[in-house]
Amino acid sequence: MTRHRGRGMASINYPIGMNLGGDPSQALVHSNPSGKFTVALSSIDLGQGMKSVTRQICAETLGVPVEDVYVDTADSDTGPHCMGSFASRGTHRVGNAVMAAAREARGVMMEAAAEELEVNAADLDTDGRGNIHVKGAPHRSISTKDVAIAAQFKQGKTISGRGIFLVPLSEVNPETGEMSPATCYAHACLVAEVEVDDETGEVAMVRMDSAYELGRALNPRLVEQQLVGGAWMGVSHALYETPEPYYPEPVHGPRDFVEYLMPGPGDICPHDIAVLERPAPDGPYGAKGPGEMCANPVLPAVANAIFNAVGVRIDDLPITPEKVLRAIKAQGGARPQARR
Amino acid sequence: MSKIPLQFRHNGRDVAIFVDGGTNLLVALRELIGDMTPKFGCGQGGCGTCSVLIDGELHLSCLTLAETVAGRAVETLDGMKQGPNLHPLQRAFADNFAAQCGYCTPGMLMAAKALLDRNPSPSRDEVIEAISGNICRCTGYEPIINAILAAAGGRVSA
Repeated sequence: MTRHRGRGMASINYPIGMNLGGDPSQALVHSNPSGKFTVALSSIDLGQGMKSVTRQICAETLGVPVEDVYVDTADSDTGPHCMGSFASRGTHRVGNAVMAAAREARGVMMEAAAEELEVNAADLDTDGRGNIHVKGAPHRSISTKDVAIAAQFKQGKTISGRGIFLVPLSEVNPETGEMSPATCYAHACLVAEVEVDDETGEVAMVRMDSAYELGRALNPRLVEQQLVGGAWMGVSHALYETPEPYYPEPVHGPRDFVEYLMPGPGDICPHDIAVLERPAPDGPYGAKGPGEMCANPVLPAVANAIFNAVGVRIDDLPITPEKVLRAIKAQGGARPQARR
Repeated sequence: MSKIPLQFRHNGRDVAIFVDGGTNLLVALRELIGDMTPKFGCGQGGCGTCSVLIDGELHLSCLTLAETVAGRAVETLDGMKQGPNLHPLQRAFADNFAAQCGYCTPGMLMAAKALLDRNPSPSRDEVIEAISGNICRCTGYEPIINAILAAAGGRVSA
């Protein structure tokens, strides 16, 4: 019995969003008489942090503190339409819609402030701390709260904005088959190191090193969280998970979490991540989005690492000990490849 | 089946309920006491999100018959915060981004508390072992392990 070390890499080019009907998302932003703002969305945050990121985008665009923005989401009765949380589109698509809505709301807010300060709205600026002042004359200022109260009770204005982000639908060119399914792409490269036991066929992760280029990281801690966790979803797809292990024969399928394998805390390995920021021209503040991409490069990198370790090419997921053992047997033993 | 009267301490408070024979503790806590912090994940001991402490020991409430806790002390995540303040473990989970969807978090916190109550300065391997009965789909465990080690080392923001 020998445990063979192997290293494999994979690079990916990942489209943000998709091209079904232009892949639109909408957002509505309005102020409350307290001077706080509500963002209405129907997009879902399932833990990836979209609520935090859209809150930041809204606050930044309005020019108010992030604490003054509340994001009300996940209900299609109270929020405008969103295509959904998938295809790594949340930050990019929903973020752009929020930015557009916040920009419109900011316009009304500045007009309302201009009326109170008796100046031209173009001469006003926000300080990001809840005040609007005359450019170059910070003492001539009014709080966003007082502007909201004046708009509501005196001027009869709604400080609100509507936003939608829609990519023009790209048709397939019948001559060439060419189309533009996405407007921006993120990139990643991951190196996986594994240890393959040639007696049991088990594959253990030894370490991962990766680099992700995902536009501007609007919330670096959330990006890191997504990349750390998502890589293990990738490992899980590569080595453990399947609802139909003996497809099309369903009888031996897993029925619960005891049989449906996923990595446990004892299976994890060190993962060193580098985040490269190349702002996307059409992203909100340059953001693309880590999303699904955090899992994708792991699968080919692990498959390549297994080949490097024992010389077998498994092209069927997940790469279970049984498949590894059968392949090693078929080639008459482990054949470690040159280590790169 | 007749109802069984059941009394126990729930997060430091005496409670008395009537349960059907065979009712598990998870159902008793959620449906009869209204404590929704222990989560229903798999219902068969495979995921750990229903974890609670019984007399300080970690148990899967979905596999525990409610009547077996008569006269004992049951602790859930609901009782973890100290007045208006988060427990250092909860604080450490927030600081270390140890939750994403949050469904495993109650069980992770209870497993971590069971560990730190008996071993205030665990090694990394001991932390891994302590949470090995709990599945997390989002975080890759690393932030959870770091959070527990941070709480144990007192490296938690106020």
